[in-house]
Amino acid sequence: MTAPATANAVQEDAAGHVLAFPAADTARATRDSRPLRLITCGSVDDGKSTLIGRLLWDTKAVKEDQAATLRRDSNGKQNDLGLPDFALLLDGLQAEREQGITIDVAYRYFSTDKRSFIVADTPGHEQYTRNMATGASTADLAVLLVDARVGLLEQTRRHATIATLMGIKQFVLAVNKIDLTDYDRARFEQISHEFRELALSLGVRQVTAIPLSALKGENVVYDGRASMPWYDGPTLVEVLELATTRSAQTVGFRLPVQRVSRPGESFRGYQGTVAGGSVKPGDSVVILPSGMVANVTKIVTFDLVRNAAVAGDAITLVLDRQVDVSRGDMIVAIDSQPLTGLAFDAHIVALQPDGIQPGKRYWLKSGSRRQRVQVQPASQLDLQTGKWEHAEQLSMNAIGKIHLVFDEQAIFDPYEQNRTTGAFILIDPDTNNTVAGGMITAKRSALGGIHTEDARVILSLPADLADQLMATELFAGRREDAEVRRVSAGKASEIIDTIDG
Amino acid sequence: MPHTHPETELHNPQSTKPPLDPHLKALENEAIHIFREVAAEFERPVMLYSIGKDSSVLLHLARKAFYPGRVPFPLLHVNTGWKFAEMIAFRDEIVKRYDLDLIEHVNPRGAAESVTPFSHGSALYTDIMKTEALRQALDAGQYDAAFGGARRDEEASRAKERIYSFRTPDHRWDPRNQRPELWNVYNGMVRKGESVRAFPLSNWTEVDIWRYIQAEDIPIVPLYFAKKRPVVERDGMMILAEDQRLELLPGETKRDEVIRFRTLGCFPLTGAIRSDATSLDDIISELETATVSERQGRAIDRDQSGSMEKKKREGYF
Repeated sequence: MTAPATANAVQEDAAGHVLAFPAADTARATRDSRPLRLITCGSVDDGKSTLIGRLLWDTKAVKEDQAATLRRDSNGKQNDLGLPDFALLLDGLQAEREQGITIDVAYRYFSTDKRSFIVADTPGHEQYTRNMATGASTADLAVLLVDARVGLLEQTRRHATIATLMGIKQFVLAVNKIDLTDYDRARFEQISHEFRELALSLGVRQVTAIPLSALKGENVVYDGRASMPWYDGPTLVEVLELATTRSAQTVGFRLPVQRVSRPGESFRGYQGTVAGGSVKPGDSVVILPSGMVANVTKIVTFDLVRNAAVAGDAITLVLDRQVDVSRGDMIVAIDSQPLTGLAFDAHIVALQPDGIQPGKRYWLKSGSRRQRVQVQPASQLDLQTGKWEHAEQLSMNAIGKIHLVFDEQAIFDPYEQNRTTGAFILIDPDTNNTVAGGMITAKRSALGGIHTEDARVILSLPADLADQLMATELFAGRREDAEVRRVSAGKASEIIDTIDG
Repeated sequence: MPHTHPETELHNPQSTKPPLDPHLKALENEAIHIFREVAAEFERPVMLYSIGKDSSVLLHLARKAFYPGRVPFPLLHVNTGWKFAEMIAFRDEIVKRYDLDLIEHVNPRGAAESVTPFSHGSALYTDIMKTEALRQALDAGQYDAAFGGARRDEEASRAKERIYSFRTPDHRWDPRNQRPELWNVYNGMVRKGESVRAFPLSNWTEVDIWRYIQAEDIPIVPLYFAKKRPVVERDGMMILAEDQRLELLPGETKRDEVIRFRTLGCFPLTGAIRSDATSLDDIISELETATVSERQGRAIDRDQSGSMEKKKREGYF
């Protein structure tokens, strides 16, 4: 056995049964950040279950009685390193164990000395786009798995596209089963190069590619230097430990009001979780949709009256005057307000067999606000080509662009700017089921017919400048709206000249 | 002006403790958000209160979520009649101290048909005295939302449970047909008779629970701390031998051991562990070097693989 990880991790008897785990590390330090949320994408063939199982195993998140149950369930079936079948550890529902597939999003927890992690474990099959979207909605980072022998697949593009659409900006490309290529460095570099190009076309710049063997535990938690002296980059866990958690602290203050607290005549507070920016006593705020203005006098929590609150904090806000505020309203910074209006554009993922029907009225819930909305599909993303095609309706697992029309004022930020106030779900009033997850892209002009999106601008730029522009989040978010042609400088001036004609 | 509440009254007198670390703060914020959302969206919420460590954390978070108001829903304790005596004493003290509304329900079949964990076996006993009793209590109160302290890291089928977990009018859970749950936008729409189980602690791990209890100084049942107690060995478990209803079987002997409990339920079905952990620090360091999971001491989970999933489908929490 070449893998030092495996040799150190567990003691085994001659038959390969695990006898004892190493003593866990001494008491862990307090965590200096919130848990990192990540999603793993890849199919069973890529070794996804083995990778997650390996993460849980090597960080000692699996306990002996769970391992014993695992051994019992796998009928002594073990992999060639004497470890139990990790996939059984992960597939919790009986139907999944029976069919040997993962049918739903599962959440796993593990931690290291530096940080704790929540993994959304989602199935990789095409028909489970909806599960991937669910897992990606809260993730800070995506781990995309590929088989080193196979390289990038169509599904790699699909997963990267969905993850990007859901707002994930950090990617790890886990080039798994590198041991089966005899640790072929050139192969690894070729795959990671191809992926970087793909990522760039999606506007993603934070990519770490890692050659690893989940089965042998190389470059997952423990380094694989013994087998891959040529790789001096981080292990998967090291990347996860250093990844940034998303935060909405730099945008305007937003407090979607969940409930009004009136324990007695003398106290009136607005309870909610800060969805963006920060607030302190003395700040001027606007209540939307009414537009009334007030000043913050106090931020109340159980522990103390605070002098500031930031995105993520669950607080009770007290204002300096009696204003009409109810559940579903949003209290926002006076100098940085969200978009309000009756018509918006959005991306959605259709989650149910009935799909999304044109003209149908749904419930839309965003934050604490629920209102009726009429939905008009406009186009659908072809996940194989990356192009948007015209569409009248969206079937299950489709990613589409839609127009939203409200009866009453709606309040949003573009999802690109705020993943809380830009996100919504659609609920079918007939079934009460959640039928779509959506992300606001823009507010539509009230002037029906004269859409600014009909006006176009042709730019002629040096290739390097164009590449930089196309790599920006802003551009990537609307990549499908742009037409790009690479031509010679001479050809470009020829075209431009024709226009001026 | 109505807002001129004297500021000192808003200060919690106990709050001289240091702020929570960002990890626990994030978990706390998420739980408070869920509490407020459910309380605002549903007409008749109730909180399942089992007196254990997770329930203690859940209650603490509820108090925080609605401060300076009262907890705006009752607590429901489904009692089997076979809980540890110390648990009941603790429960009554907490209800009094925090001015809570407690509803206690015991399945009348227990007394009528003499259902005990000894006579009926753990599986049937649990089905009647816990699952069926819970359904009776939820029906009686016509609750449309019930908070529970379940965590996704506890057991494999729980890992797929939603934060808002939809239940049919007969309280069934259909794991293959769950509503998708994206971001922190929860779908609370139910028809009459349908309900939602809400799990504010979904993303907490056992270590998080203990670290939070320590950081927030949350009172817990003393059985969690090691002490010399009378025990008897049965079915590979050490059972507390204090209750007079526990009859020793041939060959069994009572002896004193320094033990504590990692989870608390019905005393005849809950195994103690040998431990010297007499403080929260001890418990946390014991846990961080533990090699078995907490549910290992629970007889009802071990009947068969997937047994928790089966019980949950039938309405168990």
